[in-house]
Amino acid sequence: MRLVDTVQISFKTVLSYRIRSFLIVLAMALGVAAVVALTALGDGARNYVINQFSSIGTNLLVVLPGRAETSGAFLGAVLGQTPRDLTLKDAQLIGRLPQVRRYAPLNVGEAELSAANRLRTVTVLGSNAHLIPIRHMVLAQGSFLAHGTESNAQIVLGAKIAREFFPRTQAIGQRVRLGDSRFLVSGVLMSQGETMGYDTDEIVIVPINHAQVMFNTTSLFRILIEAKNHSEIESAKQAILATVKQSHDEEEDITVITQDAILSTFDRILQALTLAVAGIAAISLIVAGILVMNVMLVAVSQRTTEIGLLKAIGASSADVRRLFFAEAVLLSLAGAILGFSLGQFGSLMLRLTFPQLPAWPPAWASMAGITVALITGILASMLPASKAAKLDAVNALGKK
Amino acid sequence: MIRLTAITRTFHMGDQAVYALNNINLQIASGEYISIMGPSGSGKSTLLNILGLLDKPDRGRYELDEKLVTDLSEIEQAQIRRERIGFVFQSFHLVPRLTAAENIELPLTLSGMPSEQRQIRVEQALQAFELKERAQHRPAELSGGQRQRVAIARATIMQPSVILADEPTGNLDHQIGAEVMTLLEDLHHRGTTLIVVTHDRELGARAHRQIGMRDGKILTDQANATG
Ligand SMILES: Nc1ncnc2c1ncn2[C@@H]1O[C@H](COP(=O)(O)OP(=O)(O)O)[C@@H](O)[C@H]1O
Ligand SMILES: [Mg+2]
Repeated sequence: MRLVDTVQISFKTVLSYRIRSFLIVLAMALGVAAVVALTALGDGARNYVINQFSSIGTNLLVVLPGRAETSGAFLGAVLGQTPRDLTLKDAQLIGRLPQVRRYAPLNVGEAELSAANRLRTVTVLGSNAHLIPIRHMVLAQGSFLAHGTESNAQIVLGAKIAREFFPRTQAIGQRVRLGDSRFLVSGVLMSQGETMGYDTDEIVIVPINHAQVMFNTTSLFRILIEAKNHSEIESAKQAILATVKQSHDEEEDITVITQDAILSTFDRILQALTLAVAGIAAISLIVAGILVMNVMLVAVSQRTTEIGLLKAIGASSADVRRLFFAEAVLLSLAGAILGFSLGQFGSLMLRLTFPQLPAWPPAWASMAGITVALITGILASMLPASKAAKLDAVNALGKK
Repeated sequence: MIRLTAITRTFHMGDQAVYALNNINLQIASGEYISIMGPSGSGKSTLLNILGLLDKPDRGRYELDEKLVTDLSEIEQAQIRRERIGFVFQSFHLVPRLTAAENIELPLTLSGMPSEQRQIRVEQALQAFELKERAQHRPAELSGGQRQRVAIARATIMQPSVILADEPTGNLDHQIGAEVMTLLEDLHHRGTTLIVVTHDRELGARAHRQIGMRDGKILTDQANATG
């Protein structure tokens, strides 16, 4: 028997058992659609987080005081040491390293901002002029500590704060009071919304020395560093550790986090999450496979006389097996294609509903969904098909 | 040319053995017209099934055209059923999903013949069995006589040398049954070996050789001079 004829006959059979075929195709389709749509969701979430993380800077390293490793902290505690402060001097030493393009020391605190008869508490970042480019913030207007004005008492306002305090007037050039000091508004940040839990629209930025006076501290909260290029991140990290160790009396008491490492960690975690979700969805495909097997077994017993007849007019066992096999493959194929379309549609709906979520189903997931559907369909049809093939012609014909 | 030697077929019902065929010896020349008669349960269908390679004897030899078929492989047996033997059943056994034309086409499809050639053969068969108007109807839309004509067209489409008919008129009224017998006899006139199991004495008497069975044995085997 020719392959085209086998497929054609099976196709007619599939069409003539409409409800049964529809249910199998639906079960398969839902499984595949679940794989496609859920991985789109997972991968979308992954890309969302990665984009957020990438948007806070490029080739970024962050230095924080204290050792993050438990062993080190434990040892330090046992020896009665407390981590040394991170100082502006450390920051300057780091800034001289050849791998470092620029750096921004950082202090963070809260203070009362008052101007134009308004008063509110704001988050204050104390830093230098490099903070803005390193953190990928953009000035909508003005400047911050531009060349020649490094020692001025300048302040940059977040977009929302500028709007709140100076709704009608130009913010730049206005005098404001922050804590006990006076500042001159030199710039306004462009509205960027929230990234990584920081709403840059509601912060103010002042020079680091003013911030340290205001918060009465000489130790830094963080040092942000931008490496010259991607390939130098790791060597920058080692150089920073070595430099600070040397200036801290050979104590390695800082932690250097690279954006790269965090990114790849998040990437791994979310990738694993997506895989897990895909795996769970794939289980529904196995369930669909079991359904296919049952329905095909029922089909074999329903069509027993027909199988007997086929054998009587000269079908070999192999012909009969192939007919049932083709039927299951057709059903699975239809289910896979329908499911793929449904999954794509679901992903589109996700993207329309949550525009900030890039919910595109990854190609591997679509391929895997379709492949698993086909394989389960084929595996599930093996038992029924061979049962049909083994039927004894006389007994089969005798049944009614 | 068919030769059965000491064919025995037993069925086991619980611990009791039923001899459906008990030591059958039978020789049938090519082109013969034979009727097989006997009471229900005498082994007629079992004999036909063994002749048609649908069933295997427990013991004995079956030679078809000087070839021992008993120990052919499953695939070779399927090929013989497809090419040399045509089966006609009491209950027609048409595939309900397929049209009359498609049912007739089925053996050709199984043989792997290309579609264009199949269409020509099916067209001829529809013509010969006066089924042209019914070609696109499904079995459920056909009368009993029409269904049996479709079944006979299907049994003969491969131009087999032997036609085996197991009570082909059993589900038809007398007149339609007689018409169906005439169709089968036409095939015999064109040289096909025709073996018909029937309950109807009158129809059985039309065969040139009548075999009477009882309890799995051949009781009578007589040539009919008038046939
Ligand atoms: N599949 C079977 N299982 C058990 N017994 C069977 C089977 N087929 C036939 N028989 C028995 O074999 C005997 C002959 O049956 P069969 O050839 O069908 O007779 P007939 O066609 O002459 O009515 C009967 O006793 C019947 O019960
Ligand atoms: Mg019978």
